[in-house]
Amino acid sequence: MYNRTIALAGNPNVGKSTVFNCLTGLTQHTGNWPGKTVDIAQGMAVIGDTKFTVVDLPGSYSLLSHSTEEEIARDFICFGKPDVVVVVCDASCLERNMNLVLQVIEVHPKTLVCVNLMDEAKKKRITVDLNLLSTLLHTPVCGCTARSRQGIDSLLEKLSWLTNSDITTSDTLRISYSDKVESAIAMVEPAISDAAREAGLPSRWVALRLIEGDHSILDSLQRYSGINPLAVKDALRDAKKELSENGISEDILIDMIVKSIYRLSNQICAAAVRFENAEYNRRQLRIDRLLTSRKTGILCMLLLLALVFWITIVGANKPSDFLYSLFGRVEIWLTMGCQAIGFPDWLQGILIMGAYRVTAWVVAVMLPPMAIFFPLFTLLEDVGYLPRIAFNLDRSFQRCGACGKQALTMSLGFGCNACGVTGCRIIDSKRERLIAILTNNFVPCNGRFPLLMIIPMMFFITDGMHPALSAILPTLCLTGLILLGVAMTFFSSKLLSKTLLKGQPSSFTLELPPFRKPQIVSVIVRSMLDRTFFVLRRAVAVAFPAGALIWALSNITAGGDSLLLHMTRFLDPAGRFLGMDGVILSAFILGFPANEIVLPIALMAYVANGTLTDLPSIIELKAILTQNGWTMVTALCTILFSLMHWPCSTTCLTIRKETGSTGWTMVAFMLPTVMGVTICALVAMVLRALI
Amino acid sequence: MHKNRLNDVAVGKTANILRLESPSDIRRRLLDIGCTEGTPVTCLFTGPSGEPRAYCIRGAIMALRKEDAKTIIVDQI
Repeated sequence: MYNRTIALAGNPNVGKSTVFNCLTGLTQHTGNWPGKTVDIAQGMAVIGDTKFTVVDLPGSYSLLSHSTEEEIARDFICFGKPDVVVVVCDASCLERNMNLVLQVIEVHPKTLVCVNLMDEAKKKRITVDLNLLSTLLHTPVCGCTARSRQGIDSLLEKLSWLTNSDITTSDTLRISYSDKVESAIAMVEPAISDAAREAGLPSRWVALRLIEGDHSILDSLQRYSGINPLAVKDALRDAKKELSENGISEDILIDMIVKSIYRLSNQICAAAVRFENAEYNRRQLRIDRLLTSRKTGILCMLLLLALVFWITIVGANKPSDFLYSLFGRVEIWLTMGCQAIGFPDWLQGILIMGAYRVTAWVVAVMLPPMAIFFPLFTLLEDVGYLPRIAFNLDRSFQRCGACGKQALTMSLGFGCNACGVTGCRIIDSKRERLIAILTNNFVPCNGRFPLLMIIPMMFFITDGMHPALSAILPTLCLTGLILLGVAMTFFSSKLLSKTLLKGQPSSFTLELPPFRKPQIVSVIVRSMLDRTFFVLRRAVAVAFPAGALIWALSNITAGGDSLLLHMTRFLDPAGRFLGMDGVILSAFILGFPANEIVLPIALMAYVANGTLTDLPSIIELKAILTQNGWTMVTALCTILFSLMHWPCSTTCLTIRKETGSTGWTMVAFMLPTVMGVTICALVAMVLRALI
Repeated sequence: MHKNRLNDVAVGKTANILRLESPSDIRRRLLDIGCTEGTPVTCLFTGPSGEPRAYCIRGAIMALRKEDAKTIIVDQI
């Protein structure tokens, strides 16, 4: 068995992940690329007698810019020593994709061009002559539609061939630049050719990067091979002097280089690509205009949001009930088992009535909605709708001093705020990234959905209503709450950009990929494995010890009253000030590890002896709450506080990791808390005065 | 000479790029996505408040803000 490495590169939105999945199946995992804190997906592929490690590089438009993705891609291709680089391209967009292809060919001799999305090109009547392309590029080219696995065999075959061939840089295509640039290259190349050869890089390419002003290449070279920095600096200085004497500044130089690459790209594509119909897809354009127009754009967004929640609420009902009764039966067996073994009462209490019950509650309440919500969300993602959301909201974000991409991180936050925080890496500007991180918690995560759904359901549902209908009011409530969360996000983003994080809005380009038919099965499998079970596993890991702890707190007495009672009594004044009570406030505080356990903790504390007696139904829940003094005001303030309070422990840890600063983590902790406290206190005061 | 900028191009119309007057950070990015001299760009649609605008550049749809589109000088067709 030989071991080889394949690097998978390509523009964003070309189906690179689909190709990656085709090659690696389910053997993938994400890992850290040394030196950078970005996760890179890796997997295994076996072709013939060779075992390939496939590394999925971040999507990038070129290797020459200095954004994080481009640097990671560039560094891995240069210094990660992949045996082959596969550049995945979009057949409908070859001209622009050629930019990256040519750059990769320039630096790595063994490049395979994989032209993906051939089916879409066919629909748009674009034909690509793959053989001619291969001849012009001096490198193997294959076409495929990764989504339906067409052409993958050809890809594997050419991969094998290329890995075992002995193509070197001298065999590959050479991009020629204008005379002045070429003479500058000639001046610098001799000084670095030995070092470049030692590092395994084409000296011409290294010379060009140095002239262009990329100093990180020099540092990397020094690390990987012996190089005489002085000689290099002299040669560089001379080259730069000559260039500026000819009126070529660094900016103009970059222009010229990119133009040369595109000129070659145009030539190649003019020969190999034929457009029979020069118009872009009319139907997609009509849909896009509908989704982004002044009259219908925002409306569509709201409707889609409401629809997703409605499906989640309706669909989760029966499965939740089923899980409730299932876990109830299991509990009876567990109790019998414990008694048979002869466990002491307290052990039985802590394990079954504490830990097991809370865990069972969390799973029964959380799993069905998550199993519906996450696939729906991933579906919207795959179809390509999310960038349209960012497109629609960009102006509003810009006015708040933030970036439109924050809309995407907010959407991720619906699933899990920690994931939303990690997702903020897509925002290039550090200032705007921080704003997105600090405000992510205003969007309620899946762990808060149950509370935000159950409480409105308790106060609006009536027994006789048809399930679909009785889900409409809670849907509207949930949607309204989400909108409130979004409004708070805008407000706090603006606040931050005027105070702690002052600065100008940065520039950004957002690609709107064509709408694509999502692969339903892949969506369901991926969202289940990656998202649903991941979040659920964490919830269970927190619920188990939390349940045990609560049982302990409510059964260990000090001075005649349980510890829990002491705590809730102590917090009662503060709780009431905020429109809630001591129990709810304690529940929020004890729910710091995970939002999922807030409601179970409150319920357990209400039911005096600290157990959830037989996993209650909605009607029973409402009775418990009203018996303990809940009014509409309490319900409202609890909902508001759930929306606006400190991030859970996992999110806090993630924020610490992403920002590298405890100070900003404290801000992230305080910002939603202060908002929540202020708003709840105000609402409580106003409503109590009115009623 | 009257300068035409990309943000002046109406929805549905196409123009060729003459040159970029953009600051270095956005300039690189614009070049990478294909905004070189002579490239035809078509304005496809706009956001709810008129901004950002979606342009067809070399076969892909890219959204640009008004400030950034202003820095691209075009020759109106």
